[in-house]
Amino acid sequence: MFQKIFKIASTASLTSLACVGSAFAVDLEFYFPVAVGGAAATTIEKLTADYVAANPGVNIDAIYAGSYSDAGVKALTAARGGKPPQISVLLSTQMFTLIDEDVITPFDDFVSAEEKESWIGGFYPSFMENSQTGGKTYGIPFQRSTPVLYWNKAAFAEAGLDPEIAPATWDEMVDFGKKLTKKDASGNVSQWGVRIPSAGFPYWLFQGLSTPAGAILANSDGNKTNFNDPKVVEALEYLVDLSAKHGIMQPGSIEWGPTPKAFFEGETAMMWTTTGNLVNVRKNAPFDFGVAMLPAKERRGAPTGGGNFYLFKDSTDEQKDAAVAFVQWITAPEQAAIWSIATGYVAPRPDAWETDAMKAYTKDFPPALIARDQLEFAVAELSTFENGKVTQTLNDALAAAIAGEKTAKDALDQAQATADRILKPYR
Amino acid sequence: MRNSAKHQWIYAWLLLSPAMIFLITFTHYPAVQTVISSFFSTGRGRRKSVFIGWDNYATLLLDEVFWKVLVNNFWYAIWTIPLSIIFSLAMALWVNDKLRGRGFLRMAYFTPTVLPLIAVANIWLFFYTPGFGLIDQIRGLFGFAEQNWMGSPDTALYSMIAVAIWKEAGFFMIFYLAALQTIPPSLREAASIEGASKFYYFRRVIFPLLMPTTLFVSINAVINSFRLVDHIFVMTEGGPNNSSSLLLFYIYEVAFDYWDTAYAATLTVVMLAILTTVAIGQFFFLDKKVHYK
Repeated sequence: MFQKIFKIASTASLTSLACVGSAFAVDLEFYFPVAVGGAAATTIEKLTADYVAANPGVNIDAIYAGSYSDAGVKALTAARGGKPPQISVLLSTQMFTLIDEDVITPFDDFVSAEEKESWIGGFYPSFMENSQTGGKTYGIPFQRSTPVLYWNKAAFAEAGLDPEIAPATWDEMVDFGKKLTKKDASGNVSQWGVRIPSAGFPYWLFQGLSTPAGAILANSDGNKTNFNDPKVVEALEYLVDLSAKHGIMQPGSIEWGPTPKAFFEGETAMMWTTTGNLVNVRKNAPFDFGVAMLPAKERRGAPTGGGNFYLFKDSTDEQKDAAVAFVQWITAPEQAAIWSIATGYVAPRPDAWETDAMKAYTKDFPPALIARDQLEFAVAELSTFENGKVTQTLNDALAAAIAGEKTAKDALDQAQATADRILKPYR
Repeated sequence: MRNSAKHQWIYAWLLLSPAMIFLITFTHYPAVQTVISSFFSTGRGRRKSVFIGWDNYATLLLDEVFWKVLVNNFWYAIWTIPLSIIFSLAMALWVNDKLRGRGFLRMAYFTPTVLPLIAVANIWLFFYTPGFGLIDQIRGLFGFAEQNWMGSPDTALYSMIAVAIWKEAGFFMIFYLAALQTIPPSLREAASIEGASKFYYFRRVIFPLLMPTTLFVSINAVINSFRLVDHIFVMTEGGPNNSSSLLLFYIYEVAFDYWDTAYAATLTVVMLAILTTVAIGQFFFLDKKVHYK
């Protein structure tokens, strides 16, 4: 009896609450991760507040959800518990996982045919590779990046190289690297030629080698990998040889964290790392530096990286419409420009680069343009179903080859066999 | 009479219930649920979880990474447990003596325990950095070549072990220090009248009296050797090629990177089994050698 009364009472109060809510505003929850720190969190919160102020019909609760992996865990756990956020920024590579968990829904159903053309069609195609599958758009590019090569102009001049020219090909990088590597009297290296961080997740920068070599690591259905393609093997051999044969890179796996510091301290003359470090390097490098596209082999090429907006399934249509409208607004040229300038992420649409704010910024700081220009050659970041397992398989293979425990071919053959086993149920 | 017995019975349960509710909610229920989950497949949104019997355990036996992390964890335990106990005892004995700057020394030894491991791991990261890291800079003074401590499979695990010992020893020292101060000074006086050497006094008097503390500390050290993995997240993420990965870290990876929760539950069952066996063993075998007052 008591239970029944309680039930009726609570339903009544819930209904009245819902009525009140819909009469005034749609409530949205929005999870966002911060990977590089600094201005990112405050900028997102400010943009959201501006939107809410301009649109009384919506209430958006922007929730900082930690690192990318924390945010992924939180969003997925919330979705499994039946209370997902309506929108979230998560790694673009999580698309297949989220589809597999059946927690997200494509954006296509909530935009008009015209918007599909002008809005979804307006992003750089290389960013959309990680955002679409099976003809549907599951992700909207937002905090996206790509790796570039940074070089120390002073060190180049000291080594007798033209300080204004970065290596454009693999062979040039080795040549330059040999000139740039400095040893002291006892044979210890005091300055390395190049630094390609590989600890934790070597696959990302490795894609900066496998793509120029002419290979694509996974298909767009996310159910087949290509790890033991001879071109992938060639790329891994090149990476291993940088330390083992040419002696221009520190041997063993290389940490990401201290990489910018190694560059500032002159411990390495060139480094590969994300464009997300642009603002940091600009502030802290005690010398003139340049930014270039990754060197080419058969072609130029690099992966993209970073996060997309996802639309969660378990919400009302009203909420989804409001969520899509918000995502449309925050990725529009003006907002994309503000975001890109504050954080160093690559503005994901050509029209964002045409805004006055962006033009003024790139005039003052031309290296920001390099990332944009590289997008023409960029490909999807490795992403498949069972993404964590498959990527880790490749990471382990790369680490084993870098450590000299296996040859490049053996390591990649094994990784391919494991990936085949994992992905079999998805074909 | 019967009434009062019943009364006491209710009374006992009421007194026990707060602790029991928490234990059941947060310890016993999850443990049982873990065992049950280990017999099911991982449910995805599009595929429901089904009963698969011992399949997860069969996968486990064939999983190379599992065996690797188990071996790693074995070495991690073999080094961290005895070394952190020896260091903590040595430190406690030293700062228990009357010496100048004793307060400062005690604080210095205890500092690693107070600092959050995640924050400290970020600092250790720069100690270990090849070339310009602290350790290499010191080695450089003596003309040694740079060494990639965390980046080489041969040294990555030992780099993690060193951080764990550094973190733990100070904590255990506090227990030893407290125990040392309960030992009556009359024993020391009696020993010196008898002409016992310092070492003999330690071996025959102090050490046996510290046994209850040693038991407590060693059980904690065993648990920590499975539990203390925070620094691995920051420093190596288990790499290169899983050479510094430990069981708990692998469980996290399987559960929250791969989202294979059923297999993660299976791994957790293995870990529970190991910990239970070790803890029971310690209580039964070591307990006999422990002298309680």
